[in-house]
Amino acid sequence: MSYRLGVDVGGTFTDLLLINEQSGQTYTAKVPSTPEDSSIGVLNGVARICSESGTDPHSIRRVMHGSTVATNSVLTGKGAVVGLLTTRGFRQVLQVARSFCPGGLGGWVSYVKKPLLAPLELTIEADERMAADGSVVSALNTQSLRDELQQLRDTGRVEALTICFINAYMNGRHEQQAREIAAEVFGDVPISISSEVVPEMQEYERTETTVVNSYVAPEVASYIRNLQSSLMEHMGEGLQLSILRSDGGLASSRAAAESPVNMLMSGPAGGVAGATYFSHRAGYDNVLTFDMGGTSTDVALIQDSKARIRRETRVGDVTVRAPSVDVRTVGAGGGSIAFVPEFTKALRVGPQSAGAVPGPAAYMKGGTEPTVCDANVVLGYLPSDVQLGGEMAIDKLAAEAAVQKIADAIGIDLMEAAEGIIKIVNESMFGALRLVSVEQGFDPRDFALVAFGGAGPLHGNAMGELTQSWPVIIPPGPGVLCAYGDATTRVQDEAARTYVKRADQLEAKDLLRDLEQLRIRASASLDADGIPAHQQEVTYQADIRYIGQAFQISMEFDRDELLENGLEMLTRRFDEEHEQLFTFALGKDHELVMIRAIVQASATKIDEVKVGERGAGLEDCKLHESRFYYKGEWHDAIIYDRAPLHSGLVIPGPSIISEMDSTTVILPGYAATVDAVGNLLIKPAYPAEERQ
Amino acid sequence: MTARIIETSSTPFKRVEVDTVTVDIIENALRNARVEMDAVLFRTAMSPGIREQGDCFPMIANRDGKMVVGQFGSFIYGFMEAYEGELEEGDIILTNDPYMCNAAVSHLPDWTILVPIFKDGRHMAWAAMFGHMSDNGGMVPGSIPIGADSIYQEGIRIPPTKLYKKGVLQSDLLELILHNVRTSNWNRFDLNALVAACNTAAKRCAEMAERFGDDIFYSTMEIMLERNHMAMKAIIEMIVPEQPRVFEDYVCDDGVGMGPYKIRCKLWREGSTAIFDFEGTDPQAASSINFYLNEDMFKMFFGSFTINLIDPQILFNDGFYDLVDVRIPQGTLLKPNFPAALSGRTHALGRIFDVMGGLLGQSAPDAMNAAGFSDSPHLFYSGYDDNGEWFQLFQIGFGGIPGRPVGDGPDGHSLWPGFTNVPNEFIEAYFPLRVESYVTIPDSGGAGLHRGGNGLTVAYRFLANGTISVHDDRWLTYPWGVRGGQPGMRSTKRLVCADGSEQWLPAKCENIRVKKGDLLYFNTWGGGGWGDPYEREADLVRADVARHLVSVDGARCYGVVIDTDGNVDTAATTTLRDQLREERGEIELFDFGGSIEEIKSRCKADTHLEPPTTPTFAHTTG
Repeated sequence: MSYRLGVDVGGTFTDLLLINEQSGQTYTAKVPSTPEDSSIGVLNGVARICSESGTDPHSIRRVMHGSTVATNSVLTGKGAVVGLLTTRGFRQVLQVARSFCPGGLGGWVSYVKKPLLAPLELTIEADERMAADGSVVSALNTQSLRDELQQLRDTGRVEALTICFINAYMNGRHEQQAREIAAEVFGDVPISISSEVVPEMQEYERTETTVVNSYVAPEVASYIRNLQSSLMEHMGEGLQLSILRSDGGLASSRAAAESPVNMLMSGPAGGVAGATYFSHRAGYDNVLTFDMGGTSTDVALIQDSKARIRRETRVGDVTVRAPSVDVRTVGAGGGSIAFVPEFTKALRVGPQSAGAVPGPAAYMKGGTEPTVCDANVVLGYLPSDVQLGGEMAIDKLAAEAAVQKIADAIGIDLMEAAEGIIKIVNESMFGALRLVSVEQGFDPRDFALVAFGGAGPLHGNAMGELTQSWPVIIPPGPGVLCAYGDATTRVQDEAARTYVKRADQLEAKDLLRDLEQLRIRASASLDADGIPAHQQEVTYQADIRYIGQAFQISMEFDRDELLENGLEMLTRRFDEEHEQLFTFALGKDHELVMIRAIVQASATKIDEVKVGERGAGLEDCKLHESRFYYKGEWHDAIIYDRAPLHSGLVIPGPSIISEMDSTTVILPGYAATVDAVGNLLIKPAYPAEERQ
Repeated sequence: MTARIIETSSTPFKRVEVDTVTVDIIENALRNARVEMDAVLFRTAMSPGIREQGDCFPMIANRDGKMVVGQFGSFIYGFMEAYEGELEEGDIILTNDPYMCNAAVSHLPDWTILVPIFKDGRHMAWAAMFGHMSDNGGMVPGSIPIGADSIYQEGIRIPPTKLYKKGVLQSDLLELILHNVRTSNWNRFDLNALVAACNTAAKRCAEMAERFGDDIFYSTMEIMLERNHMAMKAIIEMIVPEQPRVFEDYVCDDGVGMGPYKIRCKLWREGSTAIFDFEGTDPQAASSINFYLNEDMFKMFFGSFTINLIDPQILFNDGFYDLVDVRIPQGTLLKPNFPAALSGRTHALGRIFDVMGGLLGQSAPDAMNAAGFSDSPHLFYSGYDDNGEWFQLFQIGFGGIPGRPVGDGPDGHSLWPGFTNVPNEFIEAYFPLRVESYVTIPDSGGAGLHRGGNGLTVAYRFLANGTISVHDDRWLTYPWGVRGGQPGMRSTKRLVCADGSEQWLPAKCENIRVKKGDLLYFNTWGGGGWGDPYEREADLVRADVARHLVSVDGARCYGVVIDTDGNVDTAATTTLRDQLREERGEIELFDFGGSIEEIKSRCKADTHLEPPTTPTFAHTTG
């Protein structure tokens, strides 16, 4: 008997999912996170899940982990003190950045720039220069470099070092030489060099990305080391720990520690992977994911059960060039605060959030500002009259008092204000869904919508109304979905380089030769983790654009396709996609900007447990009678328990479905069914013309 | 209004009640549509000017042409005034001529696309966008000839013209236009991108109207304008005093030997109306530095600027226009007579913001920023590379953001909305040059309680023979400091030739021949300082010294003495600060770095350049 364990460490809870690799049987657990040392929470969870399921910890072979340790390090500004080495003349590359002041005309008046992640006083310059074609303009002056590095070391402040030279994306030799010297001077301070972390054009973005890698490296490395050793204590030496990367692939703990900049979006990627896993099993391969939490909402578009990948990752104010699942985030969640600005009397929701403390007024932790959650309470979507599975007690009066402030400021009644807050927040989340769909040339009506996260199931049906993406899928355990994602993804690594070559001056065989070199680099980490070559699946990508264009599209292909059809296949597919996005194509002047090899371990199949038809009638699942407010009227609604629901039942709206960590609302005119794997599928109960 | 819009449905739009929440939803959706216009443009445009630097501006306007979302104000009214003809569904207008659209755009390189949006046969709204093209033909690469004495020398003039008729591209016309520019491929793509962006906005507006109802969509746009009116009325009454204030600032020279040119403005309030009167501004220049300022555009500058100052949450649009009265005398630098050259208008455009800041700041010193909206310096470099291929680089430079109430000004950042620098590695990969340094100039930001941002020194090593042109200002007059803050450092350009010779280039010069191996130091201005520098925490000054942003000598401008170990010498600092305070005496609101006469008299010594002669205005006709 062997098991794999998915672990997702969030800000509040650590979710675990244990899967029996032979039977497909699953167990879940949720324990409080321990922010001071997350591995404690993980071990608590492991103890809980093993004892509840009667599993011997030693039979757990693989732990797959989605972690926000790197993300939090950036968000809280508690990363390492980074020293930076640049080419002479470029020490202020981060200070000047892209010269951009946000906020429109006059925005500079109020723009406050955040402190640099690598302070200027710890930035030094090397005498060296590469040309844009990778040839050496002037050699690295090693003697002066050694002196400078020694002075930098003597400040006693540097905890991690970044080396980023101009044009190193074309030739990293000087960076490697400088690293050798720096390693001699600095001993075991971790060193990141840009030509390895992100060999891509654009000095600011490359420097920032490499610096972020340095910034999170010490903390991530020690976190992984601790976790691995304590897991091994419980589960034995043979345990394999993998970390979920931002792009949805898994990295071995070793590879993750080396390149932690690739795990900044580990958390959201787990959610998307989990959502994809369940929607695929429900037979939906094209879905929009809708993960609504307390302070923000993440959305992504999944096509053919594959998330779209973006070559950029954003965490707070920090943007780095690292591939990540194309998740768009809006500052709108259950805790978002509604307010009415003095001058215009408009109704605004967010991006300010009440957070966990003081929290929404209804949670009685001291919050008094009206939040989305409070509006949900006032409207009856979050029932206050019964104690549901969740542990939070709800104070409806406090919620009403908070929302009344909005009503008074605009001069409308309480219910209208509450419904207004929900409509506004839904609209701003709809904006994010449009970003990933309509604006990328996709029609949301061709997609299903998977709603999860703490508040996703509450708003899922309403979002479906806006996007017309049916069905709205509420996966089982929407709160532990990330752990499912962690447990069901594959080991992956990639290697990329800036290429900048015209397609019409390039031979397919030369391209293949360059790709093969990247393939070897990408395979290296899988090789090191003992994954045999025949279990490694290779995909190639080329980012193509018209010469001079800023925008580029990643075209995916494999060796055989390229050999058979040549480069023309790539440029033709690019033209087609460009046409879909922007209504025109040039048909010539193609440029390959970046090329990339992605190597993935073959999937190991997990059997699945089907939710059969069971005996319970709908009446048996009923918990309580309640009511909620929708489109200006009160509707009687029944509250059901999700656990006994099965595929023989249809749950008509208006109703509320409750489970341990979430509440699903079915609106009037809609109905939910349960599919074979336990998803709730919400669809219109009548044809469109009969609905309101 | 002479343009006529043909509608196939005569049903009028009805003004209906719209609940607050629906207004907010549509407002949000319109904002998103505007953001999407930018996104479409950046992804499809090709010239570095637009796609990397973001020199382009979108808007969505209501049926009457009032901007509902956007940032540079509506230019549709001016167009409607000037266009003689009919417009119907599927028509798309292209223009670039300021004289043919009431200065809706202010120089020829800004190509503007206007799309009337129709739904079910009714004209419902407008989408429009302009973008700065890399070239517009004419005397010099980049089409901003300093020495032009009429607009005929500035390249092709496109009166408001149908680029598409009923949805059909007029390709003969397009080819004729593109035939006249040096960078036809870039322009073609950029133009295509502008059209695609406007079409996207049109589609979104139609979708919104479909979703909420035509009358609700129409009425909401009206309500959004009214909301803005309400907010701006309160703001104007709050910050514009009834007693008049006057402020004067200068464009340093005209590029052909005369200067500085004065821009003078008087501001006062009558009831809820703010009046800006530019009486006293110098007559138009003989060269291309004239800035044909559209009154509505000035109102928009004012609205945007004050909203950012007071409450950035307020949606900013054309709703408040009747609360502002702008008076610009004909024949001046800001309203020149046809056919005055206009291409070099960037200097006066930047100065307008300094004038506005200086005017508003006098009645609300707490909210006042130092000067620093000094300029938008340009560098052009063109020629044939080693492969015999034509290259043409247009770079916009950035200087120091001024010291502000909110804190220090960022170093080497953009005052223009949405602009970014072009990555040096990109430039090196596509143009025959190498950037040998890209750092800020220590001490260039004016000293103050809040330091002005430093200017940048960019060292360009040319790797092919070619010509360069430079457009810059604030080389003679200073980016002024306020409330005790000192002026920022002025801009300079130094060319070090491969043969070892060296020259200081004037701030405005064109067709300068450069040789392979020559090195140009392009140094931009520093922002003015804000507040008393002797009150700045000495440790902040020490940190700036450690960061190479301020020199040890420069620290003395703050009255801070740094010892050889880089630490603050506290005793010496106290003494120096006492002494400097004594010498300074009373703090004045503005520090211009001296009178024009004083600045001119030390010009040669300070700048290595002869001072310009006082302008005479022979060319002016009434």
